[in-house]
Amino acid sequence: MSALRILVPVKRVIDYAIKPRINKAQTGVETTGVKHSMNPFDELSVEEAVRLRQRGEDKSSPVKVENILALSAGGPKTPDVLRTAMAMGADRAFHIDVPEGADGGPEPLTIAKMLRGVVEKENINLVLLGKQAIDGDQGQTGQMLAGLLGWPQATQASKVDIKDEAGTVEVTHEVDGGVETLRAKLPMIITTDLRLNEPRYASLPNIMKAKKKPLEKKTLADFGVEDTRRLKTLKVTEPPARKGGGKVEDVDGLVSKLKELGAL
Amino acid sequence: MSGARNLSAALRRARVPRPRIALRPTCSQTPQATAARSFTVSSTVRADREIKFTSDAYPNVKRNPNFAELTPEHVTYFKELLGSQSAVIDGVSTDAGDDIEPFNSDWMRKYRGHTRLVLKPQSTEEVSKVLKYCNENKLAVVPQGGNTGLVGGSVPVFDEIVVNTSRMNNIRAFDQASGVLVADAGVILEVADQYLAERDHLFPLDLGAKGSCHIGGNVSTNAGGLRLLRYGSLHGSVLGLEAVLPDGTIVDALSTLRKNNTGYDLKQLFIGSEGTIGLITGVSIQCPPRPKAVNVAYFGLESFEQVQRAYLEAKGQLSEILSAFELMDGRSQRLVQDSTGNKQPIEGEYPFYCLIETSGSNAEHDMAKLETFLENVMGEGIVADGVLAQDETQFQALWRWREGITESLSHLGGTYKYDVSIPLSELYQLVEDCKQRLTEKGFVGDDDSFPVRAVVGYGHMGDSNLHLNVAVRRYDKEVEKAIEPWVYEWIQKRQGSISAEHGLGIAKRDYIGYSQNETMVKLMKQLKNLYDPNGIMNPYKYI
Repeated sequence: MSALRILVPVKRVIDYAIKPRINKAQTGVETTGVKHSMNPFDELSVEEAVRLRQRGEDKSSPVKVENILALSAGGPKTPDVLRTAMAMGADRAFHIDVPEGADGGPEPLTIAKMLRGVVEKENINLVLLGKQAIDGDQGQTGQMLAGLLGWPQATQASKVDIKDEAGTVEVTHEVDGGVETLRAKLPMIITTDLRLNEPRYASLPNIMKAKKKPLEKKTLADFGVEDTRRLKTLKVTEPPARKGGGKVEDVDGLVSKLKELGAL
Repeated sequence: MSGARNLSAALRRARVPRPRIALRPTCSQTPQATAARSFTVSSTVRADREIKFTSDAYPNVKRNPNFAELTPEHVTYFKELLGSQSAVIDGVSTDAGDDIEPFNSDWMRKYRGHTRLVLKPQSTEEVSKVLKYCNENKLAVVPQGGNTGLVGGSVPVFDEIVVNTSRMNNIRAFDQASGVLVADAGVILEVADQYLAERDHLFPLDLGAKGSCHIGGNVSTNAGGLRLLRYGSLHGSVLGLEAVLPDGTIVDALSTLRKNNTGYDLKQLFIGSEGTIGLITGVSIQCPPRPKAVNVAYFGLESFEQVQRAYLEAKGQLSEILSAFELMDGRSQRLVQDSTGNKQPIEGEYPFYCLIETSGSNAEHDMAKLETFLENVMGEGIVADGVLAQDETQFQALWRWREGITESLSHLGGTYKYDVSIPLSELYQLVEDCKQRLTEKGFVGDDDSFPVRAVVGYGHMGDSNLHLNVAVRRYDKEVEKAIEPWVYEWIQKRQGSISAEHGLGIAKRDYIGYSQNETMVKLMKQLKNLYDPNGIMNPYKYI
């Protein structure tokens, strides 16, 4: 393995700390005027890619990183998260122009097919994806991409370790009751989980530098993919509101209340 | 998170409502604190311990013999007047015990009174009748809101009757066009802000105690907080007030007009007078539209000169969108790091850090401005390094480096705290001088044999408001003597204020002379005597 050429797909989503509101037509959530940021799991992927490069440079990892490509599909504001990714350390970025809509954007399979196209054209040998996006919560893209490419995959990584120059990678991920360590050979797909690392802040000098890094605008068609939809969202509703509790005077009151409600 | 937040912690912008009783140790900074007692590190031990009575901590304060003692007849009158059971907590004819204790002590567990009666009137008329009766019967009164003050102003010293505003909690009116909110004094700040948020407006005051404090209390203490730089002092944003004088007179100055040049502006007397001349029952306040875009940047800087330059640049280039400019020195940030274990946002150490917040109506427009500013200060070498929050989580995390200082200090031991206002050019000199003074006296050191751990400074740079904190391993009379009254004299020489936003209460009533001359104090006393000839309103405090 000569060097890593990493692809990091990122998604611009409603900020994790913001409470989403359902739009009036009940077809999706309200996105206009709402703060958006990078999907938190994707931040972890970007951070891990940058750390792999640092480890390659200070020789604590046997394989160097040649290039980190950040990619995002979305509307005209998508470059914001790509600039953030580049401020964190990605070298270049692709913006796949997809019209914005309340329908949640292209389906995971479409994205996975598009990513396959990117992997092939850009000669990528490691794809680091967030395990899921916090808007759709589908958690499928990484696995589908692995299937399409026929590559090994390690999901929900909490630790990534490149063992030798031949590109053997050990990935630890958390399972019920413990951790599981997987070993595979590059090229491969890794999806990231929260405990993998702590993403860095975008420093001011790097924000400035990121503005000069190349950001190319592409379309789905450039990678031979069409935005076909198999699923239709019928309706989006809020969970039922929690009803307020009541107060009882004493134990007798509590008992009679419970009886009244049929709990006793 | 239920941490103890002493002094300026209450001015934090934390969104969590603060519990009334702090679980972790908060340390007394009263000048009268007894010599050399050391703290227990365990939190629960101290929380269980009884709070010292203010009357014991301040032995020189004596109960005014002109005040009448409460009798069951008084209580009967109040019960009949206020009607409802929940309006009166009676410790005179019954043993109110635990029910009355929260009204007798403050959340820092520093001050504790001996009150035996708490009244919770529901209307201005009821307040009027209560005060009139108290005035006629020479019964002393402590007006109390959310009881989140930092200087012991809202708790009784002896047996003063607590008049609590918590049942006066209606929002009376809001005008979407002018942004004027009219509300009862007992409305909780956060409730008012939530109400305004639903209407795309913002309460022009934000502080850490927002989940408990009442807007009436905020106004009567002229609370400052984190957004003063942007929205100004309450002396400007409060358009009108309704208050009750001790003789029962209802002062209806509840104007909703921005402009009204007719006669003396008497409402100003009630703003910041800490309930010493009347009790505020209603507030009308000008509220700005809620900003749609908020950004936060955090800088490392090489010197205080650079901090001042950065502030000038920020004012010049960010002008109308600048909403906070906070200063933290390197030592304060190291303490936060030591106590939280969090990784600093910037690599490398700097003597000064700043936090800048912008709030505006258009995200792109704000970002363009902010980026030009950032490029400028980086390019000019004013700022050595910095980061910009990319999402809400980072936004909160960066703010915690400023807000977490007070809590971190409380984890590490005790703190002597001074909330001062000094001209900007000398703002940080006080910290340097204080550190030098204590170092020369051999108090400062790295191991346990030295009483002082660190002398740190932070504060609201935009308001020339510094928090000088001396973090100590144990309270030591000698250290205290080295700081006071030296620090007050230092401030006096520069015509500064010994209490920028925390007020006087009982903690600083003896030191007003360092910031106000004799004539001013005399005029203040005349005003007090004019409106409160019997001195029943919040006695033993203020002046």
